[in-house]
Amino acid sequence: MAKEKEPKQPTTPFGVWAPAVGLAWLIPGGGHLLLKRTGRGVLLMLAITGMFLCGLMMRGAMFQPQSGDILTILINTGGFIGDVASGILYLLSSWLGYAQPDMAGHVHDYGTKFLVTAGLLNVLAMVDTFEIASGRKD
Amino acid sequence: MPKMNLSHFEAALLFALFTSVVLGVVTKRTDRDRLRYGAYTFACFAVALFGLGWLMYFGHG
Repeated sequence: MAKEKEPKQPTTPFGVWAPAVGLAWLIPGGGHLLLKRTGRGVLLMLAITGMFLCGLMMRGAMFQPQSGDILTILINTGGFIGDVASGILYLLSSWLGYAQPDMAGHVHDYGTKFLVTAGLLNVLAMVDTFEIASGRKD
Repeated sequence: MPKMNLSHFEAALLFALFTSVVLGVVTKRTDRDRLRYGAYTFACFAVALFGLGWLMYFGHG
């Protein structure tokens, strides 16, 4: 039996969601605050910023893209993208010289993971902001 | 910048807390569901943390 085609959702104009998503990248939780989701925005800001700051205080390392074998490229480029996804937190900590070199020790390892995960959680917040701005979510 | 020294357990629990908050906030559609999902995710992290901890303890011999 032939499946019926689902009706396509109308595409939301770029100008409607882009400012909110851009702000969500730059300031974790900022997109939600712009869209008047204050409570959720504050929670996201506290959680993501808290995680990033804990990562810095654990002296976690920031990734830089590197060439070499495929695993090195994947890990370092992926980690770099995760770091950059934290927006202003990453930019400020790099500019102010808080980026640490990679060091041995479980606390530094956790710190590095905290820094990358803060960025990845911010990506989730950006996707949520996009869904709210485009009307797919209330 | 002050230095933070945490044990494996404390760091993993802190990780679980922050991650659960964000997953709870972005995943569900009502505040009640968000709270429940956040708590559920945190509980899952904690169970996995204890489970893997014991697994490594016994696996280490």
